[in-house]
Amino acid sequence: MIRAFGAIAGRDLRLALRLGSDTAMVLVFFVLTVILFPFGIGPSPATLAKIAPGILWVTALLASMLALERLFAGDHEDGSLEWLSLAPLPLELVVLAKALAHWLTTGLPLVAAAPVLGLLLNLDPAGYLTMIAAMALGTPALTLIGAIGAALTLGARRGGVLLSLLVLPLYIPVLIFGVGAVDAAIFGLGAGPRLLILAGLALFALALAPFAAAAALRQAIE
Amino acid sequence: MAEFAGEALACIRAERLVFRDLSFALGEGGALRLTGPNGSGKSSLLRVMAGFIRPAAGALTWDREPVAGDREAHGGRLAFIGHLDAAKPVLSVAESLRFWAKLYGAAEPAAASAAALEAFDLLRLADFPVRLLSSGQRRRLALARLLAAPATLWLLDEPTTGLDAASVARLEAAVAAHRAAGGMVVLATHTEVALAGAETLALERFAPDLAGEDAA
Repeated sequence: MIRAFGAIAGRDLRLALRLGSDTAMVLVFFVLTVILFPFGIGPSPATLAKIAPGILWVTALLASMLALERLFAGDHEDGSLEWLSLAPLPLELVVLAKALAHWLTTGLPLVAAAPVLGLLLNLDPAGYLTMIAAMALGTPALTLIGAIGAALTLGARRGGVLLSLLVLPLYIPVLIFGVGAVDAAIFGLGAGPRLLILAGLALFALALAPFAAAAALRQAIE
Repeated sequence: MAEFAGEALACIRAERLVFRDLSFALGEGGALRLTGPNGSGKSSLLRVMAGFIRPAAGALTWDREPVAGDREAHGGRLAFIGHLDAAKPVLSVAESLRFWAKLYGAAEPAAASAAALEAFDLLRLADFPVRLLSSGQRRRLALARLLAAPATLWLLDEPTTGLDAASVARLEAAVAAHRAAGGMVVLATHTEVALAGAETLALERFAPDLAGEDAA
């Protein structure tokens, strides 16, 4: 079972590295959008520093949603999903393996890019470590919640619009506590509790998302 | 002694009854050929057999145990080749097949997939990316998975689409060897595929009697 899990995650990683498009798309969107903000609201360092955590989180959230649509769509279109569903491991673990590969190729680059973009927005130095920690805890939750939406909208026309409508409301708790953690660190309030809540959200998504997504995939295969 | 059977199966697709009262039984080494005009439910029946679709009525059994109780165990026994070839354009032929062999628990994925490629005459294309293959070659790659990861029950939906005569012969040889080793095959086809001693299930015989229903 572990071997099958590794085989799926390994294949998805290999596919993502060969194509490179998802990672590039997510990163380029993240960077370009963040760069637009200083132009839009003026280059005043004080203003930028004040809204930096919010900008980084909202943009990261939108960026991570961009690639979601392809999470299961490729396998659904070429028939791989049927073959995967017959594999000797539960479909829930197939979902988890694909989500893991998806996070490594689209979530992790966001975590890495966030501090660099923080510089650009004059993020308070006290917030950097918390920003990275919060992103590292928050993006897996985004990927897992997104996997439910991606599975539910498989085969739907205009699936992308539907996907954002489904997934964005569920992203709000991650956004609130992600921004809250960074703000707390900047104001010296201690980000610990908010980071713990983020970790809790990620664990909750880890427990729930595989079952919900697998149920939706079974519907899609029918 | 493995036995795969269906009892009084019915299938509803898009609120339309496709077939009903369909029963079959397959023993070790058995083969079932599904025939019937387009839309008569050959693919639907194969998907019911694979467990993708829940039958609207009736039940599938394996060794007299209902299949519905343990979908995973049933999935482990079968290989399903549908209309799609499940091939990723950016992977090489050998990589694709090795992945499926490894996923389905072949003891030696590399050796098993090389042998399977040989059997479908794809070995010289092993390092080619799948996107360069012709549709017939893709089809052979999909079929090679049958040999790379052994399963007892083969469910084949129009497996000869796009295949040349030599490749059809290779498929027939693979099917014959599989049956000789005790495996089972269910094959839906419009063309001639040699299946010695196969039972034929003509799907049109199980179509709902619409005229009768209107009268009633």
